[in-house]
Amino acid sequence: MGCAMGDPPHLPPFAICIPGDEQAVRNGLAEVLLCLKPLALSAEDTNTIELVLAETLNNVIEHALSDSSAPTRIEIRGAFCAADGLRMTVIDHGAPMPAGKAPTSKTPDLDVSTDDLPEGGFGWFMIHALASEVRYARVGESNHLDLQIPVGL
Amino acid sequence: MELTSSKEDALQIIAIQEQRIDAAVALAFKDRMRALTEEGEGTVLLDLNHVTFIDSSGLGAIVAAMKNLAPERRLVLAGLTPPVDKVFRLTRMDTVFGVFPTVEAALADLHG
Repeated sequence: MGCAMGDPPHLPPFAICIPGDEQAVRNGLAEVLLCLKPLALSAEDTNTIELVLAETLNNVIEHALSDSSAPTRIEIRGAFCAADGLRMTVIDHGAPMPAGKAPTSKTPDLDVSTDDLPEGGFGWFMIHALASEVRYARVGESNHLDLQIPVGL
Repeated sequence: MELTSSKEDALQIIAIQEQRIDAAVALAFKDRMRALTEEGEGTVLLDLNHVTFIDSSGLGAIVAAMKNLAPERRLVLAGLTPPVDKVFRLTRMDTVFGVFPTVEAALADLHG
């Protein structure tokens, strides 16, 4: 667990684990960004990673783990390659995605009256907008979400 | 969730004194906004210049605050840092709010 140092831009694969609750997300994000430090990414790339991962973790906690009363954990794996950027896999042991697949990207409909403006549904939209690849698989009793993020290229 | 409120002529300026508006504080933000704007009138200017990270929950909370103020009061935004600006532009929410680069620019514009 934790991250080892490497010579940039090569980053050894890393894996961290966080408790599956809302309050743990900030620490989890900070830990992942620390692992990525050796890459010396731009502020914009760093923010892109933080945003995609935050939305992913929030979704896991809000949906996959919403019914679980037992303590749960979320695993975040990452690996960097200079050709494709950062690949992250987020693994949880909660409920499967509805219909067995990740929700597709839907552009929020803003052409409505103020009263009807959406207050949610932006999460998946942003994940799809910022990641070059989003792949979901149910593996046994766990969810694996693979994210390819084109950063540090 | 620390928000500070001040008055500038007909405007109420609410400054977010936090670096992150995310899922962990979205609810507290909505509650604080509601409490601070319960009394009073006129446009509310939300100063975001301390905020360096916002996620979709934070964005949703700001939309909720705007809906809560409407139709009597308008919510406009100022001081968006690059990460906040990115989220508003990606979701096209920048087209729904009045967005000003700085509080000063907003004051100059809104006072005509």
